[in-house]
Amino acid sequence: MAKIKKKIKTIKVDADKCNGCRACEVICSAFHANPQYSSNNPARSRIQVITHRLKNIWLPVFAGEYAPAECMGRDKYIIDGKEYDECGFCRASCPSRDLFKEPDSGLPLKCDMCESDPPLEKPMCVQVCLNSVLTYEEREEEVEDNLEVDAAEVALRSMVDKYGMEAVMDSVTRYLQKE
Amino acid sequence: MRYAETGYNLEVDLATGNIERVETDPKLMELHLGGLGTSIKLHWDRVSPEVKPFDPENMLVISSGLFNATPAFSANRTVITFVSPQSHTLAYPMMGGFFSAELKYAGYDKIIIKNKSNDWVYLWIHNDKVEIRDATHLKGRGALETQDLIREELREPRAQVAAIGLAGENRCFTASIEQSRSSCSRLGGGAIMGDKKIKAVAVRGTKDVYLARGAEFMEHLKGVTEYINFRNANPIPDVMTILSGIGSPQEMVHTDEKWHTENFMWGNARTRRREFWSKENEANWTKTQLATVKRLISCFNCPQHCGGLVSFQGGPYYMMKCFGKLTYSMAAYVDDLGFNFKILQRATEYGVDSFSTPQILAFAVELYEAGILTDKDFAGTSTYEACPSDKEGRFFWLLDRVVRREGIGDILADGVWYAARAIGNGAEAFDHNTIKRHEQLPLKLGTLDPLYYLMYSTNEKISITQIEGQWPQSAFPTKEQREAFVKDWPQLPDEHFKQYLLDWEMRGDNAIPYFPTPQMCSEIVDWMEMLHNIDDACCVCAGMSSFCLKPPYHIHNYPKLISAATGLDIDETGLKKVANRNRNLHRAYNNRRGMTRADEKPPEDHWKRRFPDLEKELLDTYYKFKGWNMDGVPTREKLEELDLGYVADDLEKRGILKHGQN
Repeated sequence: MAKIKKKIKTIKVDADKCNGCRACEVICSAFHANPQYSSNNPARSRIQVITHRLKNIWLPVFAGEYAPAECMGRDKYIIDGKEYDECGFCRASCPSRDLFKEPDSGLPLKCDMCESDPPLEKPMCVQVCLNSVLTYEEREEEVEDNLEVDAAEVALRSMVDKYGMEAVMDSVTRYLQKE
Repeated sequence: MRYAETGYNLEVDLATGNIERVETDPKLMELHLGGLGTSIKLHWDRVSPEVKPFDPENMLVISSGLFNATPAFSANRTVITFVSPQSHTLAYPMMGGFFSAELKYAGYDKIIIKNKSNDWVYLWIHNDKVEIRDATHLKGRGALETQDLIREELREPRAQVAAIGLAGENRCFTASIEQSRSSCSRLGGGAIMGDKKIKAVAVRGTKDVYLARGAEFMEHLKGVTEYINFRNANPIPDVMTILSGIGSPQEMVHTDEKWHTENFMWGNARTRRREFWSKENEANWTKTQLATVKRLISCFNCPQHCGGLVSFQGGPYYMMKCFGKLTYSMAAYVDDLGFNFKILQRATEYGVDSFSTPQILAFAVELYEAGILTDKDFAGTSTYEACPSDKEGRFFWLLDRVVRREGIGDILADGVWYAARAIGNGAEAFDHNTIKRHEQLPLKLGTLDPLYYLMYSTNEKISITQIEGQWPQSAFPTKEQREAFVKDWPQLPDEHFKQYLLDWEMRGDNAIPYFPTPQMCSEIVDWMEMLHNIDDACCVCAGMSSFCLKPPYHIHNYPKLISAATGLDIDETGLKKVANRNRNLHRAYNNRRGMTRADEKPPEDHWKRRFPDLEKELLDTYYKFKGWNMDGVPTREKLEELDLGYVADDLEKRGILKHGQN
């Protein structure tokens, strides 16, 4: 398979610096609102600051891949004597928890690095994090040229996983009839 | 569609258990904006002046403001209003933290709590589902501990909880309402919650909050962000470190406490220790602080770090801020900062105001040393030991008695003013640092400062730290410094203020007490109050606005932000009018409860050198400037100008304003 150059985008999280303000959650949800900035709602944010104040835990986590099924087991980390939540570092939107799901539809959320046209210099969460907890980095890597699954197909697949093919097909048919 | 506000209040009747989601009148936002403004209006309309603090009719309103749950930085205050058991006026302590935004995401601007519950309960708000839940198992639990217990039992780690501790349960007049890293501390809101038997309010919201013109709002916010970055990188020169930055005083960051420890009073606001900050004390205090503060933390959507997560020598974690770091050590004359960290942990779980409470304890110690309180008052019983004789032990013992209302603690729990009168026998003379029955910062100074005289005497807040801010605390020594300061001052409401500062000198004719002149003082104080009133309606932290020099929010960018957020299209004149309206309604409310000119005075010994004639002129000039009569009551003319004719009618009906004379 042919090799292509791919831009790898990273947000480095220095959790020790996090003051727990959640500005990242506010701006993420505002940026992704439609129309942009017309509303905000941290429950829709693709970054969540997992917080247990009296355990000294402030941990920004980005929404990653949608997972239709739970893992076979769960992990639990203890670092520096601090016990993190089950699956605390996991970025997946999965059935085991309500993280990274649209609060009204339950559909999965995924960080898109605020891709937009024209492109931003860096994602909005990085821009509003004035304490440099979040740092944006870019690099190029050579990867094999795989077919990218487009966003609509990802959404469709997750809806089928959640509601079943029949219910989704029925909804589509009804929707088309209304249109 | 409602913008910036949610347009709904939650009305909770604790006597009947009835809960209603009530749509509010959009006109109220035009008239009062929100936050403190609309809360005052609720109290004016519903709570008559005959209602006493512990009557069931004394409403407790927990309110968000216009900017909470918007992208506006540092809009995170929650304002709680009630008739104070201490001052009997309409108190409005505010807390930062995370509560108000969560409340709006749940779909409510305010929670209005009426009447009393028979048994201990807490309120659980989860979007449209609202329950009054049993809290008997939480009785006696700490204010911080309760927050986590509730999150655990609800299985909602992201719920925000405001709770009271033992002090609130026992209706101590200095009981606070604690939430996350912040608290509503002043004037006894915790006691009102305790009286209503509501241990806590928990909220989780996952709804959208809308802006009228979001993109435009973000454009204006860009300027605020740039200015925050600029101010963080460029502290103001020639002022004390603590005043040089933005945010609340950065007490968790700075270890240099020379200014506080040598200029503020120790004990019962009594002794100045000019030589305290020795090399040895500095080294000890710095070491203790650095070892104890585990992380610098902020409130919702704020880039600053005014708070600290602390744990002293492996003890339980809690969160602290500001001057609370020092108040207990200084009140107890304990030269060890570790003592303060230790006792503040217990005091935070009890839920008490860390300004008033240490002074109450120090007041008791003074009375004991003066022989007014005796060993009998400090004796043990079958349930607790006698008071230890060492300074630290004595403070812990007194704190325990106060929050439990045991023995002498039952009298002290009402605060210095009431305790002095209940104890008698000369104790009244030891009540030397209260205004309107409320303990003040432990400051005793030389020459009367005309600006502070007005702020102390006249503001409804009754707490100086929430009134001052825009104007430097003292004149700059040199002309060059003054010129440098005024050069870059975009926050000024009017250019002519620059000249006041340029002419203001440390000594001579243009120094305090006669300069700034009464007229200038009235203008400056009015400006400071105006900005506080705007902050309190938007629930923006005063640390990023009215409480600091050259702040990111001011009278010129506020109208643009408010207009874009709400769609109101308000200009500077309009915004000033709203702030004025709120302030006058608040004043009239307190006048209606009996507050008069006779109550408007600073602590008697706040300044060594007093000037009775000048003080009279100051008050006369300020009252006139504000459009109040010489008794400090807004005139009909002023009230009508602010669309508050109905207030004038009411004041006339009650004989507080004399018909035709004002």
